[in-house]
Amino acid sequence: MSIRVLFFASLAEIVGQREIRVDAGDFTDIGSVFSRFARNFPPLENYRASILAALNSEFCDFASPVRDGDEVAFFPPVSGG
Amino acid sequence: MFRLTREPIDIRKVADSLQKPEDGAVIVFEGVVRNHSENKAVRFLEYEAYEPMALAKLEEIGARAKGDYAIRDISIIHRLGRMDIGECSVAIAVAAAHRGPAFDACRFAIDTIKQIVPIWKKEFYEDGEVWIEGAH
Repeated sequence: MSIRVLFFASLAEIVGQREIRVDAGDFTDIGSVFSRFARNFPPLENYRASILAALNSEFCDFASPVRDGDEVAFFPPVSGG
Repeated sequence: MFRLTREPIDIRKVADSLQKPEDGAVIVFEGVVRNHSENKAVRFLEYEAYEPMALAKLEEIGARAKGDYAIRDISIIHRLGRMDIGECSVAIAVAAAHRGPAFDACRFAIDTIKQIVPIWKKEFYEDGEVWIEGAH
């Protein structure tokens, strides 16, 4: 019963890991997942305004609900190309 | 064809495999690694991706290009990992009966890659390294 949480680029460096499993029962929405990590890794808070979130590989907002088995990703604005 | 790769991109092969006899235009765009960024000398770059989502977004861009422009087909390949100055980081090939829609679709594709495909670039300088973040 868990959610996979992924971090990329500068966020992965802040958290020190790219993938962390958390207990699904502790969270209601994407925002609650982010807030948990921002408490543990305060520099994440600086990214709150610009951060992008994805739920199961599709862009979502912080109000999107999360469920058991979901994959949640947090990352900075993209810079590919 | 939509692909992420860690190998050098051969743009000629990409274009040749796309082209068919009914095409009148094949437009090729290459994004290449530049040796400077805001007055700093860049030694090399590294690209990282959220790979399943990045591939899905490349496919989505291709489908939108084919839906919105009078083109026959499009291929997009983005390279990941370390790239030296002058190497190709992204290649787009568009085949169409006529050049106008092919140019337009190619421009749409590269502009949209820079907005919605989860890939990030890290620049390495003589004195450090920085993750580049796109405009939100």
